[in-house]
Amino acid sequence: MSAEVKEKEPLFSPKNLKLIKTPINLSNPITVQVLGICSALAVTAKLMPAIVLSISVVVVMAASNVVVSLLRNGIPPRIRIIVQLVVIASMVILVDQVLKAFVYDVSKQLSVFVGLIITNCIIMGRLEAFAMSNKPWPAFLDGIGNALGYGIILIIVAFFRELLGSGTLLDIQVIPDGFYEFGYKNNGLMILPPMALITVGVIIWVQRFYTRDLIEKN
Amino acid sequence: MKALRNFIDKQKPHFEKGGKFQKFNSAFDSVETLFYVPDKVTKAGSHFRDAIDMKRTMIVVFIALIPALLFGMWNIGYQHFLSMGEAPDFWTMFFYGFWKVLPIIVVTYGVGLGLEIVFAQIRNHEVNEGFFVSGLLIPMIVPPETPLWQIAVAVAFAVIFGKEVFGGSGMNIVNPALTARAFLFFAYPSDMSGEKVWISEMADTYSGATPLGNALVGNFDNMPSQWEMFMGLLPGSIGETSTLMILIGALILLVTGIGNWRIMLSVFAGGYVMGLLFNLWGLNDYMNMDPLNHLLLGGFAFGAVFMATDPVTAAQTNKGMYIYGFLVGVIAILIRVFNPAYPEGVMLSILLMNVFAPLIDHYVIESNIKKRLKRLKIALKN
Repeated sequence: MSAEVKEKEPLFSPKNLKLIKTPINLSNPITVQVLGICSALAVTAKLMPAIVLSISVVVVMAASNVVVSLLRNGIPPRIRIIVQLVVIASMVILVDQVLKAFVYDVSKQLSVFVGLIITNCIIMGRLEAFAMSNKPWPAFLDGIGNALGYGIILIIVAFFRELLGSGTLLDIQVIPDGFYEFGYKNNGLMILPPMALITVGVIIWVQRFYTRDLIEKN
Repeated sequence: MKALRNFIDKQKPHFEKGGKFQKFNSAFDSVETLFYVPDKVTKAGSHFRDAIDMKRTMIVVFIALIPALLFGMWNIGYQHFLSMGEAPDFWTMFFYGFWKVLPIIVVTYGVGLGLEIVFAQIRNHEVNEGFFVSGLLIPMIVPPETPLWQIAVAVAFAVIFGKEVFGGSGMNIVNPALTARAFLFFAYPSDMSGEKVWISEMADTYSGATPLGNALVGNFDNMPSQWEMFMGLLPGSIGETSTLMILIGALILLVTGIGNWRIMLSVFAGGYVMGLLFNLWGLNDYMNMDPLNHLLLGGFAFGAVFMATDPVTAAQTNKGMYIYGFLVGVIAILIRVFNPAYPEGVMLSILLMNVFAPLIDHYVIESNIKKRLKRLKIALKN
């Protein structure tokens, strides 16, 4: 049975690749579905935490998608949300412990936001919408795709916020000293959360400028 | 005048569709309508004929701003030479300030109008008059020594995110000039507040703190007399210090019917009432300050007359205007007295109420509908 399926559908068939590609652009969780905004505001003041959080979300999402997809036929519908939460929570705890063990400083900066991956609406949403009704491999790809779509936006926002707000990238000074001597100053507003929202807004603007299909017709 | 008309008519074909400068049509159109009433006529529907259009409205506001602007220029010179311990003649002081303010105005208009023209071209709109007044307001609410590049960044931010993303002038939710000021305040706090920024090229030993800055840290020894506050012989942002000049501007706005007296009145009332309430409370020296001082100091009068009355961002209903204005005044004084980080609260309170203005209007209209329905019911019963 499974051999037959594999013949019909190779691992990276166009249909499966689409699972990764669309969430990165056309149905991006942040810019199109507007989910997971709170963590996008909170951890993007610097590039490093944003990258680490993105990787964590990729891991958590792929793993919990696979686990839930494996369990999908055994989960009673009435308690499915609780089961999903248990799965996500255990993944998040694993990731949190790994971060604490290997990148303690960053994990301190991220503080509560690693734990809050549990409440990230993107993960719950994908479990409900996709993993509960699909096989593990597509569910895995879908998890990776959505988490990447989320992570890319996080990293773009963090790139601009750190560059303009602190003049650094990954804590290495990028803007030359000459600029500061000339009177240039870091933009304090970029460090504040509102600017993350505006940066996300600009990304949405640019994205819609290039993909006109996304503009609502009314 | 005739020569100008002829000149414009002669240039017109170049800018119309098919002409060699058709890309700059919106820029040309804005210049033409600045001098002459537009010759475009609406073809359908009924409409009023009125001599006043948006451009004329804006010019009146512009004129109303001139007294405060000129005084501000002189005051920059006055404060500068005062800190040096010198007292040169009137024109020296005025031109000292003039050369400080002029670059700021030029940069503001250059960046702002440039962006407006770009957006108008992309969208196929006419260049809007909206920036005409904002471009003069922004220089008047910044400290005299603000670096020009910061002004440019703030103006760009205000025009794009305060206005154009909402669809241009008339569609904006918050006042663009205050958006620029708020941007500067949060982005470059060291150039926007403190003791060093209010007097240009101040002597090192001189204390340049504004009265509000002093009051916030509990220093009431150098509080100026009410006469000085009213005249505006204080360090501060360029156009905000002189209550007298602002009241002259207010008079121009009120006589021509362009500024709204309901909003102005209720802002001052709100500030005064809040000051009185603090007097009753009286926990510290700042709370015990004469409420009149609150109205005379800082940007309160300027905000009440020129910012809160912005017809686009203020409340539209008559009752809503009273509520809106009153809350602007109340919140401004609240922020001043309570928040240790912000010596001046007028900017933040107006921005906050800008956001709430549509909500206020909504409930005013709803309550009116309910009242009339009730009246109708009673009338039907009888």
